Amino acid sequence: MPEIDVHDRPALLEARRLAYARNDEPIFGPLDFVLHAGEVVLIEGDNGAGKTTLLRVLSGLLEPTSGDVLLDGEPLTLSKLSHQVALLGHQPGLKGDLTALENLRFAAGLGGLRAGISPATALAGVGLEGFADVPTRQLSAGQKKRVALARVLLAPVGLWLLDEPYANLDLEGIKLVNRLLELHARRGGAALITSHGAYAFTSGTPRRIPLRATHAPGASP
Amino acid sequence: MKPGSTFAACTALVRRDFTLIWRRRGDALNPILFALIVVALFPFALGPEPENLRRIAAGIVFVALLLSGLLALDTLFRGDYEDGSLEQLVLSPHPLALLLACKVAVHWLTTALPLLVVAPLLAEMLNLPHGVLPVLLTALALATPLLSLIGAVCVALTVGMRRSGMLLALLVLPLYVPVLIFGAGACNAAQAGLAYLAPLLWLGAGLVLAVVLAPLACAAALKISLS
Repeated sequence: MPEIDVHDRPALLEARRLAYARNDEPIFGPLDFVLHAGEVVLIEGDNGAGKTTLLRVLSGLLEPTSGDVLLDGEPLTLSKLSHQVALLGHQPGLKGDLTALENLRFAAGLGGLRAGISPATALAGVGLEGFADVPTRQLSAGQKKRVALARVLLAPVGLWLLDEPYANLDLEGIKLVNRLLELHARRGGAALITSHGAYAFTSGTPRRIPLRATHAPGASP
Repeated sequence: MKPGSTFAACTALVRRDFTLIWRRRGDALNPILFALIVVALFPFALGPEPENLRRIAAGIVFVALLLSGLLALDTLFRGDYEDGSLEQLVLSPHPLALLLACKVAVHWLTTALPLLVVAPLLAEMLNLPHGVLPVLLTALALATPLLSLIGAVCVALTVGMRRSGMLLALLVLPLYVPVLIFGAGACNAAQAGLAYLAPLLWLGAGLVLAVVLAPLACAAALKISLS
C-alpha cells in the first residue's frame, strides 16, 4: 500500500485481518487497511472479488468471519456504526411509487439531516432540479442512482460506503460523483468506493485497495 | 452531525407506508373481496339452510379473515426487501424493532381493520345470531393484531427467499391455530350461552406478549434474512 499524506489525521476506520467466508468458502481477506478522515479510497477488484461483501461487512449488515473493524479506534457495533455510515448499495433503496423528493424526505426523517442541506437542495446538487415531483419509477437507472446519491448527501455521517457509484452514470454523472467525493473529503469525511476498474478518477488518483478473490484461506491479499 | 429523533423516524416511516398504500389503494380492496368470496363459498358447498350456517358462522368468518390476512402478509416486507429500503431501515440509527412495530401497525390498520369493518356483513351472510356479533368483533379485534404480529416474524424469516408464499403459509398457519381456537371458541361459547370471557382474556394476554416480543423477534429474523 502506498504511503499516504493524511496519516497525521485520526484513523476513521481500521480493518485488522478482516475476512469473510460464506459457508466456509472464503469471500475476501484477510485484509488490513486504514481509512483516515479526508480520504477517498477505491476498492478495486474483479467481479466476484468480494467488493460488495466487504462493504456490507463494513456497514454492519454482515458479521465478519474473523478479524476486527475499528471505528474511531473502538470496536464497532451496528448501533454505533449506523450513526456514522451511509451505504449506497446495488439497489437504490427508493420507492417507485414515491417521487424523488418524497423518497429523500423519508430518508431524512429516518436517518437525520446534515446541517445546511435539505432534500430539495440535495436533489439540485445531483442535477435533478426538475424531477422533484416525478415518481421514481419513471426515472432512468442513472437518474435513480443520482437520487440515491442525494440520499447519501443528506445523511449526517462521516463515512460513505459507495458500491459501484459510477454504474449507470453518464460522463456528467461520473464527474458529479467525483465532485461530491472531493467535497465530502474536504469537509473531513471519508469514503470507500468500489469499482471493477472500468472508471478512472478525473481528479487526482485516490489510494487503492486491491481485492482479489481468495480461494486459499489465510492467504494475504 | 446528529441524527433526527426516533419519533421523527417512526413518523416518517408511518407516513411513507400510508402514502405508498394510498398510491395503490386498489390493491387494498383485495383482502376484503377475498374474504367475501370465501364466505360466499360455504353456502354453496353446505346448502343454504340458515340453521346449518348459523351453527358454523363464527368459525367461518374467523377462518376467512385469517386466510385473507395470510394473503396480505407477504407484502409486509417484500417491496422493501426488493428495492433495498429494508437495508436502509436496518442501517438507520434507530431501534429496528420499533421501526418494524410501526410497519406492522400500518399493515394491520390497512389490511386487517377494513376486514373488521366488513365482518358484520360476513356474519350476516351466514346468519350469525345478532347477540354474538359483539363477541365476534371483540375476538377479531384482539386476534387480528396478534395474527399480524405472529405473521410478521415469519415473513421476516422468509423474505430473503424467492417464492416463499407456500413456505410462509406452512410456517404461519400452525402458529395461528391457538388464536383460532380461542377466538372462534369465544364466539361458540357465546352462541351456546356459556361464559366467553376466558378465551377473550387469553387472546388479550397473547396480544400483550406479542406486542412486546414479536417486533424484537422480527428484527432478529430480518437481520438473518439480510445476511
